Amino acid sequence: MYLKRIVVFLCVSFLALGSTGLATTLEDVKARGVLNCGISEGVPGFSIPDSSGRWVGFDVDMARAVAAAVLKDGEKIKFVSLASKQKIVAVSSGQVDLTSRTTTWTLKRDAKQGVDFTTIVFYDGQGFMIPKAMGVTSAKDLDGASVCVTAGTTSELNVADFARANNIKFEIVVFDGKKEALNAYASGRCDVFTTDISQLAALRSTLAKPADHLILPEVLSKEPLSPLVRHGDNQWKDIVTWVTNGLIAAEEHGITKANVLKIKETSKNPVVQRMLGKSGDTGSYLGLDKDWMVRAIQTVGNYGEIYQRHFGPDTQLNIPRGINNLWTKGGQHYALPIR
Amino acid sequence: METATLTPLGLKTFVPRPDKAPPLVASGIIGWMRINLFNTSFNSVLTVLALAFLCKVLPPLVSWAFLDASWLTPSPEHEGACWAFIVNKFRVLMVGLYPGEQLWRPMAVAVIMGILSVVTVARKLSTRLLILLWYTLPVGLFFIINGGFGLPKVEQSLWGGLMLSMGLAVIGILLSLPFGILLALGRRSRLAVVRTLCTGIIECVRGVPLITILFMASVMLPIFLPQGVNINNLLRVQIGMILFSSAYIAEVVRGGLQAIPVGQFEAAGSLGLKPWQTTVFVVLPQALRHVVPSLIGRCVALFKDTSLVIIVGLLDFLGMVKASSQDPKWLGYDAEAYVFCAFVYWIICFSMSRYGQSIERRNQW
Repeated sequence: MYLKRIVVFLCVSFLALGSTGLATTLEDVKARGVLNCGISEGVPGFSIPDSSGRWVGFDVDMARAVAAAVLKDGEKIKFVSLASKQKIVAVSSGQVDLTSRTTTWTLKRDAKQGVDFTTIVFYDGQGFMIPKAMGVTSAKDLDGASVCVTAGTTSELNVADFARANNIKFEIVVFDGKKEALNAYASGRCDVFTTDISQLAALRSTLAKPADHLILPEVLSKEPLSPLVRHGDNQWKDIVTWVTNGLIAAEEHGITKANVLKIKETSKNPVVQRMLGKSGDTGSYLGLDKDWMVRAIQTVGNYGEIYQRHFGPDTQLNIPRGINNLWTKGGQHYALPIR
Repeated sequence: METATLTPLGLKTFVPRPDKAPPLVASGIIGWMRINLFNTSFNSVLTVLALAFLCKVLPPLVSWAFLDASWLTPSPEHEGACWAFIVNKFRVLMVGLYPGEQLWRPMAVAVIMGILSVVTVARKLSTRLLILLWYTLPVGLFFIINGGFGLPKVEQSLWGGLMLSMGLAVIGILLSLPFGILLALGRRSRLAVVRTLCTGIIECVRGVPLITILFMASVMLPIFLPQGVNINNLLRVQIGMILFSSAYIAEVVRGGLQAIPVGQFEAAGSLGLKPWQTTVFVVLPQALRHVVPSLIGRCVALFKDTSLVIIVGLLDFLGMVKASSQDPKWLGYDAEAYVFCAFVYWIICFSMSRYGQSIERRNQW
């Protein structure tokens, strides 16, 4: 008798709880007043807890921009550190509204795993690091070299593919972790060290003499990194997409954290006026207010500013803009028209 | 020449001379070394080798960790350790991302737990009062950390560092002990349903590694829950750890139960004790006393196992150490970070095992 009642009670309560999830993500976030965002547990430049216990980094700023646009405050955000294995499930199951966590946009993830990608925020790719003393300037001259790689990652596969495609031979030495592989490289166990370019720079700066090591120009694989949201909530996907896109557009138009309010008042450019809510109401298309983009830029600055803050020459990482520059400056970032 | 004294009856009493000191080679430092370090030729060789090893390793280690170290300001040119990294990161290593203006809360909790531990070790209070304190105080402390009763809530995603490790371990130990004992008793139950259920739980949980349980709890479980139902990640992980630890403690306790002779049960029965009275007042106290060393071992293991939560994205002490060493402003201090981490873990685990030894000594009679 009791058991029956308990079972019925559990079923009803699950149904009741389940139905709360039917609201759109935007409504959920606004009702909650906090944006739940998944980030990595510590990747240099992307997301790191700083000494005062605050998350900082490129991925963190991208998420703060969304919080600023939606909730009018870049601090109304709760960061949840996610291990690599959790990053997809956490979004698809609704634990977080958004994951901004160095995730490569691939077909399988997009189509099969219940998540949607928004915009590419960072073009990463696997690269090679070699000692300058080797005198090599292209990875194609590395025939016969031994390469330190991390086990179980796609890095290993990419190196093999690269060798086969260029008809050269590598001796691949596999290590359990990035640090172990780097230590082996530093102690001369192998000639070449390989991982994603964004990490190569960080790891190089930990070597005894960073200037003695060279990151080769070849990129072995495409690693387009994008924030991800739950599959099927198009409005929410649009918001995240267009906030990120707006940050790139802001850089194209020279709108910065410092001058955004002034430009809003003075600019005669209709494109800028629309974006900053001076004329038209671009925010309403997304379910937001007029000042959505102004607040995002005020909080974190434009794309270029975010990049400089976390990867620029003033940081230990010092990753050249390269492919991550604007399309007008030889890079890949091409802002879609906001109108 | 013997000295002799006269007793009142006028008899001589034999008073021996004091013993001669043992020969120099058998006493003092040399004697100790002969007995402990050079008692066989094989041990002599080992001693010499160990000394040579220490001579080789210790000086560079000492100069790295102390002599050449920079303590308060980072100096990249330094040869030695840069403890400034630990000083700078101390706060996040201890409490994770806990907000700055609320820092007094974890501090207060640390002080209270410290006092409770000292009182426990010093045995100033009766065992019953101690047990009561250990099972009530942490509840209040949880609310101090979490918020409630007028204190602003601090999101659990902000908890981290040593605070998180200790919290997971303390709650895990406190809850898995009674659950473990119940499971052990259940496994010896005469009721087939209870026995099968308990045996099933124990064997299932012991059959998988902790990592698997953590993954199930934090990656798989959300998939099965309906949309919108979110059981907090930390809670899921804590439950997983309690489950795991209970199963192991149950087996430890079962060992103790089996060591109780049948005569004890019969004696208790003949005194008119009911079965539950027999269990609580006769069997369990003896059984637990037998397994104190293993139980302490399980507690130490559980504390160390908390470092596994990093694989489900929780930044416990070790996780914070790892994350902090990735800070672009402080790259390249992994060695300092890990040495500090190992040192803290060692202090805590060693204290626990010393306390366990003191309990054992007290229980010998």
